[in-house]
Amino acid sequence: MSTQAAGSSSGGSGDGGATRRNSRKPKYSKFTQQELPACKPILTPKWVISVFVLVGIIFVPIGLVSLRASKKVVEIVDRYDDACVPDNMTDKLAYIQNSTIPKTCTRTLKVPKDMKSPIFVYYQLDNFYQNHRRYVKSRSDKQLRDASKANDTSTCDPESTINGVAIVPCGLIAWSTFNDTYVLVHNSKNLTVDKKDISWKSDREHKFGSDVFPKNFQKGALIGGKALDPNKPLSEQEDLIVWMRTAALPTFRKLYGRIHVDLKENDTITVTLENNYNTYSFGGKKKLVLSTSTWLGGKNDFLGLAYLSVGGLCFFLAFAFTLLYLIKPRKLGDNNYLSWNRSPAGR
Amino acid sequence: MAPGDGRRRGRRRSKVRLSRLYSFACGRRPTAVDDESSSRIGGPGFSRVVHAHADASSAAGDPGDPARPAYCSNSVSTTKYNAITFLPKSLFEQFRRVANIYFLISAGLAYTGLAPFRSATAVAPLLVVLSATMIKEFIEDWRRKQQDNEVNNRKTKVFQHGAFQCTKWMNLQVGDVVKVEKDEFFPADLILLSSSYEDSICYVETMNLDGETNLKLKQSLEVSSNLQEDESFNSFRAVIKCEDPNPHLYSFVGNIETQGQQYPLSPQQILLRDSKLRNTEYVYGVVIFTGHDTKVMQNAMKVPSKRSKIERRMDKIIYLLLSSLVLMSVIGSIFFGIATKDDVQDGRLKRWYLRPDDSTIYFEPNKAAIAAILHFLTAMMLYGYLIPISLYISIEIVKLLQARFINQDIHMYHEETDTPAHARTSNLNEELGQVDTILTDKTGTLTCNSMEFIKCSIAGTAYGRGITEVERAMAKKKGSPLIADMDINTEWFQPEGKTAIKGFNFTDERVMNGNWVNQHHSGVIEMFFRLLAVCHTCIPDEVNKVSGKISYEAESPDEAAFVVAAQELGFTFYQRTQTGVYLHELDPLSGKQVDRSYKILHVLEFNSARKRMSVIVKNEDGKIFLFSKGADSVMFERLSSCENEYIEVTQQHINEYADAGLRTLVLAYRELDEDDYVNFDRKFTAAKNSVSADRDEVIEEVADLLERELILLGATAVEDKLQKGVPECIDKLAQAGIKIWVLTGDKMETAINIGYACSLLRQGMKQITITLDQAEIIALEKVGEKAALTKASKEKVIEQINEGKEKVKNASAGEAFALIIDGKSLTYALEDDVKDMFLKLAVGCGSVICCRSSPKQKALVTRLVKGGTGKVTLAIGDGANDVGMIQEADIGVGISGAEGMQAVMASDVSIAQFRFLERLLLVHGHWCYSRISSMICYVFYKNITFGVTLFLYEAYTSFSGQALYNDWAMSLFNVFFTSLPVIAMGVFDQDVSARFCLKYPMLYQEGPQNLLFRWTRLLGWMAYGVASAVIIFFLTSAALHHQAFRRGGEVVDLAVLGGTAYTCVVWAVNAQMMVTANYFTLVQHACIWGGVALWYLFLLAYGAITPITSTNYFMLFTDGLAAAPSYWAVTLLVPAAALLPYFTFASAKTWFFPDYHNKIQWLQHRGSDADDPEFGQVLRQFSVRSTGVGVSARRDARDLRLHSASTNAS
Repeated sequence: MSTQAAGSSSGGSGDGGATRRNSRKPKYSKFTQQELPACKPILTPKWVISVFVLVGIIFVPIGLVSLRASKKVVEIVDRYDDACVPDNMTDKLAYIQNSTIPKTCTRTLKVPKDMKSPIFVYYQLDNFYQNHRRYVKSRSDKQLRDASKANDTSTCDPESTINGVAIVPCGLIAWSTFNDTYVLVHNSKNLTVDKKDISWKSDREHKFGSDVFPKNFQKGALIGGKALDPNKPLSEQEDLIVWMRTAALPTFRKLYGRIHVDLKENDTITVTLENNYNTYSFGGKKKLVLSTSTWLGGKNDFLGLAYLSVGGLCFFLAFAFTLLYLIKPRKLGDNNYLSWNRSPAGR
Repeated sequence: MAPGDGRRRGRRRSKVRLSRLYSFACGRRPTAVDDESSSRIGGPGFSRVVHAHADASSAAGDPGDPARPAYCSNSVSTTKYNAITFLPKSLFEQFRRVANIYFLISAGLAYTGLAPFRSATAVAPLLVVLSATMIKEFIEDWRRKQQDNEVNNRKTKVFQHGAFQCTKWMNLQVGDVVKVEKDEFFPADLILLSSSYEDSICYVETMNLDGETNLKLKQSLEVSSNLQEDESFNSFRAVIKCEDPNPHLYSFVGNIETQGQQYPLSPQQILLRDSKLRNTEYVYGVVIFTGHDTKVMQNAMKVPSKRSKIERRMDKIIYLLLSSLVLMSVIGSIFFGIATKDDVQDGRLKRWYLRPDDSTIYFEPNKAAIAAILHFLTAMMLYGYLIPISLYISIEIVKLLQARFINQDIHMYHEETDTPAHARTSNLNEELGQVDTILTDKTGTLTCNSMEFIKCSIAGTAYGRGITEVERAMAKKKGSPLIADMDINTEWFQPEGKTAIKGFNFTDERVMNGNWVNQHHSGVIEMFFRLLAVCHTCIPDEVNKVSGKISYEAESPDEAAFVVAAQELGFTFYQRTQTGVYLHELDPLSGKQVDRSYKILHVLEFNSARKRMSVIVKNEDGKIFLFSKGADSVMFERLSSCENEYIEVTQQHINEYADAGLRTLVLAYRELDEDDYVNFDRKFTAAKNSVSADRDEVIEEVADLLERELILLGATAVEDKLQKGVPECIDKLAQAGIKIWVLTGDKMETAINIGYACSLLRQGMKQITITLDQAEIIALEKVGEKAALTKASKEKVIEQINEGKEKVKNASAGEAFALIIDGKSLTYALEDDVKDMFLKLAVGCGSVICCRSSPKQKALVTRLVKGGTGKVTLAIGDGANDVGMIQEADIGVGISGAEGMQAVMASDVSIAQFRFLERLLLVHGHWCYSRISSMICYVFYKNITFGVTLFLYEAYTSFSGQALYNDWAMSLFNVFFTSLPVIAMGVFDQDVSARFCLKYPMLYQEGPQNLLFRWTRLLGWMAYGVASAVIIFFLTSAALHHQAFRRGGEVVDLAVLGGTAYTCVVWAVNAQMMVTANYFTLVQHACIWGGVALWYLFLLAYGAITPITSTNYFMLFTDGLAAAPSYWAVTLLVPAAALLPYFTFASAKTWFFPDYHNKIQWLQHRGSDADDPEFGQVLRQFSVRSTGVGVSARRDARDLRLHSASTNAS
């Protein structure tokens, strides 16, 4: 308000001068005089306490809803990497690298609660650095997308060519695609695992070409992971597409497929799996995960709890500030602490 | 005036041999006798040969002609760059900054396999920043170029093909003969050949060179003075040999050879470029120095580039950040090395999917040490986001805009002179908010430097009822309500109304309008006025058609004031000829105007040694008079012992006038016998024509003998008026805790008077005077033993300083001291072994006045204060004598007003009036300081937040150097998503409104004490940046862990996590701006929310282009994030959580430990319920500070005295 008053008074004089010609007098405007209408937020007790309360009021319900959503998710996690190695094999690495040993393994899962379809089947890897810079970089987006760019493998080292012939898809990521397989049996009936549309739509349609076919893949001295059907275009190789979306953290899940059957509490599911993928050399865990989802996604207590704690903290702060305000009202007049007031003689 | 009039007047004037007026200075004709300097001509340093108008046709240019050596052209260029040097030179300037070098190296390394991101993304921001800075440089240089063009294309007349023809300045060549007309600038350095005056003199205004407004007289050699017509140059030939170009304005050595004879040249014949021809119809001259060879260009000093304290500290912070960058990189590299080495153990591959068996050197497990070292470079690039690449350019843009606000401020615009404030360099804006000591010039800065005739004492009677500024201040001090009231009623409006007569502020009905005839001593009064009208060296200039008044051209403003006063009182001086002055006089007998003429026989000029000036005139009756005016100290001893009954009362009046801050002169006359005069004339002429070394002394001696036995007429008092608002401004500045030192060339009494007038001194203040004007020193001076004198003087000064220190030490509380020191003492006080003592004493005093100080001493004092206290100093002045101190001080302020441009050219900021300093410092200075410091703190916070999230993520990638965010997104963070709010804050933020800044001047102390940019605040912000990064990263990554984040079961990948974390960072830092800034206009809102909106726009646009470029951000927002509630939930949670600590801290701080500006914000906020009495008390306590100087201090001191008096009485 005060600034407005000052502005209007000088505004008057400004108008008078504007009639003079060739004057170097600055033109008056609220902008140039820095008197634009503005809000000046001050942390008054009223304001601070209401902000805290408001944040609390918004955050606690969000927290509760999120937590409830998370609690509704039913999740079965089964770690099988150790269990699937026969007891007589002490060297797990030798076991997994020996292709002559059959790798089939059977696991039994118990459904703890009713699970509504769709139920998502994930595999989870631990201690796997898909986010390692060397790994992330080792791909060729051009090649994946465009059949004519098959030789564009310069970024794919060391999995770019075999004997001078380009690998499609090239690079470490594609080469190391996860290759364990799961067959789920429920009530002695095979559960169909729907592997369609498990990848991102944008990936299928724009990043992986429908006319690009695997070539020369997994033909090197060292076999990495899954081999691809050379007759299927990359855009339909959804396991590969899922795998090639590199994970952010060393512990990650990737979608294996969906089950469109509801499961009842205490049902048992028998999983027959091919334990092909080598996580033994770097001590990584492998887990099979069956999970339902809600609007918030999978099981995620953290988000709800975080909302609750931040909201709660705000309530607490609001309370604390109110209390402080009541006990020790702020004293405006006390400016003796100002250091330049201590020596009146002008230093 | 019609041109015809001008010519007639010119012709009339040309008859006057004005040179006779300047009997001392010009009477000395250059003789054929060569002094030693001219013997050097032709030798080294004196090699220039100018063929004056050698041949008009070859003048067109045959530089190869050996007879006419090629000298530089007359076009000048003040630009920093030209078309060729622009690129390399401006780039070099850019890379003098450490940060830019760092970014250049990273951009270079980005093309190797080391880069954690695509090379283009590293180069792009650097290019943006560099090109923005270069565009700014280009525009600035372009403006200079256009100014140069304007000057180079000015027209002048040059003699070509037998006639004078118009040509551009830049086409002038050495040796050309030019004709310069009245009020034109000289296009180059010229040798004056002849002028419109018969005796070839001309008047020159050198305001652009030295800031002096009085006219200088130049005179050509007699040999060329006959070249009166254009045609006479057809046959003119001359060769001038002279010194090489040099910057000495007041010296010149050379000779001219014409008609087979050599004549020496002196500075008297030099017309310097950029000075102006005045009062002379035209002159002819030969060009000797052109373009950059001219003295003024040689003199153009490189303005020392000043850097503000904040910027210097900012460099330190950059170093701090660089070292933390190195630390982080080292940590990363060590872990990376260990992890890489671990990948192959006993020939078995651990992380086989990385193919460590077939690796490049960057990831080679067998050479893990080398890989780690290379990784160090990668990490340096990756964490480089810690260093705000755009900070420098942001600050430059902000300062430029701030400077515009200063230039545009209507409250610093001076209506009368049509001068707005002008920030000439923008890089010191925030320094204006940190000024600790102001060193100010007096004349022209505190005072107007326009003299006003205000009082006089004639025949023992004091006339003149005007009240001086000083009297008013003193009356206020004494608490006289009468005058204080008058002050309000008259003073503020009076000056506007009476500007009609410049230099005259005298009212007394006893002598005005011819009433003096009825006064008792009318004869003396008549003589008094006549003396005023006759005894001077002024020239009548123009007749104002409306009032019929004549304006005068005078050497000094006091002289003009006298002639104007005489005119106002009925003795109009209207014509000067070679031999006489002509007056309209009021005849006391008839009461009518009569014209009288006085034949001027001799003028005995004023100089600082003589301290007086006399003329010898013969009136129409044949009587010869000596009229004399001078300082009281020399005049009183020359009065005759008889016939002077009112000496004592006049002396008393003079003392009163001096007390009132006026300049006084004593007027006296003497009637001479014919014999006396003839005797004197003979001796004087002989002395003048002598060529001996002691010529001047002889002349003085002769004059001295005549100027005796004078009869006192009275005394005049002229006021050097204080500028409007000066006392109030000084009071405000004192309230703001700024110390004010006055450095003046004036004598001690005047300085003290002015000190009183502007409240720097007051009653009850203990004055510590250090002077060498003491009996024993004077005695020593007379003996003339230099060594002894120096030693004694120094001892004396030290003794006085010690005494002063003792006094200050033993002072009781509330006692204030003033230190007054004169120039001679200052010489000793500034010596290396004394200066610290002196400074200590000065710092202990409330106000310091250095009088009689030379320009050099001013600069030395400034350096002493600057260096000794380490605080920011501001020097303010208006004249050429202040240039040294203006350049020496941290900030130089020039007063652009009456005097020349020299001070303004050297200054960093120019204002029209001293009083604008108040607004410049308290409002703009404080704002700029608070803005820049908040802005820098914020920028560091924001970049640390961003950079540290990258570092934290590294811990989850085994420090491989993979970035959390997409590379293009990263490179745009600084220049795109977060730069606008920073600039908006730097330009628009206001902690306190302008009105409150002025109302609570104490607020200013935040600057000098550097409360807003102290290390604790900076480090606090940095720590907060780290904390924010930790909160953002861990909350985001924990909330989006390995589970599905959408209903469709899709899991989080690198792009999703990175995109979400990035969103959180953008929100957090922009919302942080909401909490940090104090002032929101629509602009800020647009910038802040625009920044956030830009991020989403970027996600959309970048996600829409081909995946080859956008890689993992392809359709990230549309296909991935937007449809996921958890993304939005995290976006709300994380920034809120990140802001919570600051918000809590800031609330607690403003409640319980508020900064001063916080308190004022409270007051501003609570402004509506100000009728609360307790609140009023608080308000008063806030706005008033106990200061040592200033009007309020004066008032406080008086209150205290009254209070103690009343308690004593009871």
